This record gives sequence, structure tokens and C-alpha cells, in this order.
Amino acid sequence: MLSILRTIWYVFLHSFQKRITVQYPEQKPYLAPRYRGRIILSRDPDGGERCVACNLCAVACPVGCIALQATEDKNGRRYPEFFRINFSRCIFCGYCEEACPTYAIQLTPDFEIGEFHRKNLVYEKEDLLINGPGKHPGYNFWQIAGVKIGGKDKGEAAHEAAPVDVHTLLP
Amino acid sequence: MTSPHPILSILGVAIVALSIAAFLIWVERRLLALWQDRYGPNRVGPFGLLQVAADSIKIFMKEDWIPPFVDRPVFILAPAIVFVTVLMSFAVLPVAPGIIVSDLSVGLLFFLAMSSLGVYSVVLAGWSSNNKYALLGGLRAAAQMLSYEVFMGLSLMGVVLLAGTFSLPAIVEAQRTIWFVIPQFPGFVLFLIAGLAETRRIPFDLPEAESELVAGYHSEYSGMKFGMFFVGEYMGVSLISAMISVLFFGGWLGPVLPGVVWFFLKMFSFIAFFVLVRAALPRPRFDQLMSWGWKVMLPLALINLLATGAAVLAWR
Ligand code: SF4
Ligand code: SF4
Repeated sequence: MLSILRTIWYVFLHSFQKRITVQYPEQKPYLAPRYRGRIILSRDPDGGERCVACNLCAVACPVGCIALQATEDKNGRRYPEFFRINFSRCIFCGYCEEACPTYAIQLTPDFEIGEFHRKNLVYEKEDLLINGPGKHPGYNFWQIAGVKIGGKDKGEAAHEAAPVDVHTLLP
Repeated sequence: MTSPHPILSILGVAIVALSIAAFLIWVERRLLALWQDRYGPNRVGPFGLLQVAADSIKIFMKEDWIPPFVDRPVFILAPAIVFVTVLMSFAVLPVAPGIIVSDLSVGLLFFLAMSSLGVYSVVLAGWSSNNKYALLGGLRAAAQMLSYEVFMGLSLMGVVLLAGTFSLPAIVEAQRTIWFVIPQFPGFVLFLIAGLAETRRIPFDLPEAESELVAGYHSEYSGMKFGMFFVGEYMGVSLISAMISVLFFGGWLGPVLPGVVWFFLKMFSFIAFFVLVRAALPRPRFDQLMSWGWKVMLPLALINLLATGAAVLAWR
């Protein structure tokens, strides 16, 4: 009996406690920098698209909401002809970001992407592509990859010595 | 004594009772939120007050679905009964001197009779729904409300003995020297508990018990029929709160402020207390509820009645 009265009293004391609700639209909650929200495609420090259209993200995606078509520019650089993410299916698991070898695809701390029509949630490449490197500022995939493309011959990448001419090693 | 414009006062009481009940939906949600460190509805209108309007529009627009397997006439009648009986009880409620629909000489008995009739609504709703959960809810309601009815009446007899009348305004007037809560404290506690059980509020909401019985006796109801049960419950809460303030806390009596203000002040503090109890207490098991009612509350009510009778005899 006494415990009932004590319970009622303790609950009453909550009238004087601070409320923990975050008044959302006026008061934004803190989101960690690695929060998994809206997905973007980032660019190299020199402004080129990072995505090499390797399809790894599309394969890793558990719900299959990434669609892209690979193509090559005149320098032999692969890039996606189109790149489409259906956010009405995406579960924001972040597997695409983990799978990506070039840090191109990244999840950002933004979840306010509500729409009235489902088809507006299908984002095309121009909606996804941003004008910066995102979470990895200095990274430039083509400067690290060993492959040769137009404008960059073998041995011209960063931290790379010119290839040894094997014929000079002959006795 | 009846007030000068009977029709006007009937309409007035009905409208005030209904709007208080509607307003209570908001009050309860805000208060529960306060005690759970939340805000509750605070978006629609100032302080979320227009939430009531939004909710009523929603419930009026909802499809009023009557399942094909129910006992149609009884199914439709049941929600009306709860509404009518509670509204009838408001007729004998003295708000302030002269502000009463009908000052019956047996006002208190009329109130008790009407609240007993309210049981029918719940039992019939449970029975006519043809649904096992609704039936279980109705059975529980019948057992619970009948057993708590018994000592509800008995707990009020102490007040009647002291005041020497069944008329509610006369009972209020008899409290000019001292509020009955002081000489009749056990009676007050018993009536408070019985009132909680009578309105089927947590912790006595076993007929609804949404964690075990879907929604108990009103599982099959939708639209405005469900709304009638809902509003009926809130009207019951305000009725019991008003009755507590009339019978034990001197109704409209109080210094400085006008009587109506005192009345509503007392009534709203008891409503808030009802909500506080809801926020704090869990639901007991059904056998606990029954043995508590018959083995503890009933003997206590009888002892209280005997002691009061003896004291009244000794003093007169
Ligand atoms: S976050 Fe997960 S679900 Fe969304 S696109 Fe990436 S892999 Fe697919
Ligand atoms: S975003 Fe990354 S993983 Fe996906 S296709 Fe482009 S480079 Fe490959």
C-alpha cells in the first residue's frame, strides 16, 4: 500500500524534471559525422569524378537499389554513364560505402529527404554528385592506381618511380 | 428547486460536460507526457489545444464499420447507454448555488443508480460483439463494476449520515463548517478507489486491458461508436472528480473566488490526480482485484459506516 503511494509521489516529482524531447524541426538533433544518411558521389581534389563504375557498390547493396552503366571517356577513364539510387528502397546500411574502392560513394549526416511522390526518391547522378571530396579530402584514386590512362603514363602517379626498362638489366 | 430555464441549463450542462470531456483528451495526453518527461501534443494550435479539434474531425470522418457477425441492435445501443447514463448523472450535479439541472431530493441515489446502469453498456458491448476478447472484457467489467459498486454506495453512506440528506446541494451546504473529507477520510479513500474502478481507468482497466484483450469490450468498435465509449470514459472521469469535490471537498464552497471557479478548480485537481494514478500504477491481476474489493474494501466500508453511525448517534 505504502509502495503505491510512494510510486505516485515519485511520478509526481517528474513534473519538475527537464523534458528530454528534442523539438525536432526547430531544434536539430546532433548527428555524428559518420551518421548514415543521404548518399552522395564525391569528386577528386582536381575535380574529376571519383566513381570508376566498377559496380562493386551495386553488388554489395543488399536491397539492390543502385543501378549504373559503365562507359569510358576519351582518356580511357571509366566513369558511370548514369548512376541511379532508389532511396525509397535504400536501407542506409552503408555497405556501398564500404565496398567502394575509390571513396566515391559516401553516406552523409542528412536524413531530411522526405517526398510526397515515391518516384521523386529516385536520385540520378546529377542529384548525387557533389563538388568536393567529401570525407576524404586528399584522396585521388587515379594518382594512386597503377593503371595507365590518357594524361597519365606509367610511373607518373604520386609516390611512383618510373618503370625500370628491363632491357637495361640484361647482361 | 429547479433553475429558471430548465432547457437552457440542460443544454448548458450537456455542452459543458461534453467539451470538458473532449478537452480532457488533450489534458490527459499533456499531463501523461509531463510525468514521463515528454511534451505530448504541442503542435496543433497554441499548446496543441487544437489537437482536440483535429482528433474529433478525424473520428467523425472515420468509417463506421459494423462487423457482419455482431448482434446489430445491441451493438448500436451499447455505446449510447454509456453516454446517456453519464450525462443523466450530470443532471443532479450542483455546480454552484442554483446552477443545477434538477435538484432531486435523492440526487445521490440517482447518481449511484445511473453509474450502475453504465455497466450495461460495457457488458452489452462485449456480448454483442461476438468476439471472445470483447466477451472476456465484458465479463470482467461485469464482475469488477458490480463488486466495486457495492462499497461505492456504502462508502458514501457516511456522508449521508453526517449531512442527513441525499440531496447534493444540501450535502454541500452541510460542509460549511468542515469539509467531509476530514471526518470521512476512509470514506473518501474508498470512494476514490471505487470511482477509479467505476470509470475503468488504469489501474482498474481490466475490461480493456489492451496488452491481453486487444481492446477488451470495444475491440470491434470503430468510428464515432468507439468515440462514444472514449468520450463516455472521460465524462465518467470528470463526473467522479466532480462528485468527489461535491461530496468530500465542499463543492463550490471556498473563500474569495466565486463558487463556480472553486468547483472547477477542485474538479480539475481530481482529474489530474486520476491521470497521475494512470501514469504511475500498473494493472493488478484479476483475482487480486476481486479479493481486494471483497475482502478489504467492503469490510472497511462497513466498519466506516458503523463507526460513523455510532459517532452520529452518540453526538445527537
Ligand atoms: S546504403 Fe545500403 S541499401 Fe543504401 S545504397 Fe548503399 S548498400 Fe544499398
Ligand atoms: S561508387 Fe564506388 S563502388 Fe560504386 S561503381 Fe563507383 S567506384 Fe564502384
